[in-house]
Amino acid sequence: MSHRARLSPVTPPPPVLAVTVLGDDRPGIVAELTEALAGVGGNLEDSTMTLLRGHFAMVVLVRSDASQSAVEAAMQPLQHSGGLSVDVRSLPDPAQHSGAGQSFTLRVHGADRPGIVASITRVLARHGGNIVDLGTRLGSALYVLLAEVVLPEGADVSAVQADLADAARRLGVDVSLHPVDDDLL
Amino acid sequence: MPSLPVGRVLPVVQAPDPVLATPGMAVDPTAPEVITLAADLLATQAVSPGCVGLAAQQVGIAWRMFSVDVTGHPKTRTCHGEFVLCNAVIESATRKERGREGCMSVPDFTGDVARARRLVVRGQLPGTGEWVTIETDAFEAVALQHEIDHTDGMIFLDRVAGPHAVHPRRTYL
Repeated sequence: MSHRARLSPVTPPPPVLAVTVLGDDRPGIVAELTEALAGVGGNLEDSTMTLLRGHFAMVVLVRSDASQSAVEAAMQPLQHSGGLSVDVRSLPDPAQHSGAGQSFTLRVHGADRPGIVASITRVLARHGGNIVDLGTRLGSALYVLLAEVVLPEGADVSAVQADLADAARRLGVDVSLHPVDDDLL
Repeated sequence: MPSLPVGRVLPVVQAPDPVLATPGMAVDPTAPEVITLAADLLATQAVSPGCVGLAAQQVGIAWRMFSVDVTGHPKTRTCHGEFVLCNAVIESATRKERGREGCMSVPDFTGDVARARRLVVRGQLPGTGEWVTIETDAFEAVALQHEIDHTDGMIFLDRVAGPHAVHPRRTYL
C-alpha cells in the first residue's frame, strides 16, 4: 500500500480590520483597547493616535483569526463603560503603489479662516501630489498645517511652489515646500 | 590608512537581530582578526549600493569598529575617503540638524534624526593602532555618528524624534 504525501490547503491570512476609536481622553484607553484586541488573538500592524483638542483619536490596523463580529464584541466594554465610540471594519488589501516620487514637507501657518486646507491641498492634487501624512492645529487665532507630500517623478517643483504661493497670498497665510532626502548610511 | 589585505564580502544582518543592540567590545587594532574584519567591512561596504558606512555589528560581530566612505555623495563637504576606525569616541559634536536617514540593517523604514554637522572623533587605525583625530562636517559627520551609534549597540530607531518620525522606506537601492 502506498502513501501519498498530503498537501495542506493554504489558508489566506485573515483580513485586516481597521479599528477607529474616538472619545474624551483619559489615561488607559490604549492599554484597554490593545488588551481587548490581544484577547481575541489580534496582531497589531500600523496605528496612529493623537489628541485633537482633547479628544482621543486612534486608528489601528489589526489581523485576527477571530471574526469581525468577535472583534466588535471585544470592543463592547470600551463603548459601554469607557464612553468611547468604536468602529470596526474590514479593509481590502491596498493596491501596490510604485513608491516613485520625491517627498516634500509642506508647512502652512497664518490667521485662521475657512478653506485654508482645501485651497492648499487642491493645488497639490492638481499637480498629482499625494499627501502621506498630515496634521493641523488651531491655536487661539493661528492655524498651522504640516504635511508630507509625495510629488510624482518629473513634477515641476517650481510650478507647484509658485501655485502654492499664489494660493497662500489669496488666503493671507505663509507656505513653504521643501524636499526631504532619504540618506542611506 | 595603512594597507589592508583583500577583504571578503560578508552578509549584512538586519534588525531585530540582537547583535545590533549589543554594545561593542574594545578591540586591539593590531590583532590579525581585527585587521581581517577591517578589510571585510570595506569589501562589504564597497559592493553595497549607496552604502557609506558599515559597523562590525552589521556583519554580526559586536566589536567597536566600523568603516566609512562618503566619497562622491552630494551632501559631502569635508571627506577623508575610505577608512576604518577602531574604538572611536566622539570628542565634540555641534550644530545639530535634523535629517532623514536609512540603514542597510533596517530595510523597511527611514527615520528623522538630529545629528551634529560639526564633529571631532578620535579613534585608532587598524594595523598600526595609531590614534587619529578626525575633524569633519556635513554628511561625513552624520555617517560617523550613525556608525559610532552602531558600535554602542544603537540603531537610528533609538534616536528618532517622535511618533511621526519613522516612515516606510519607499526607495530601495
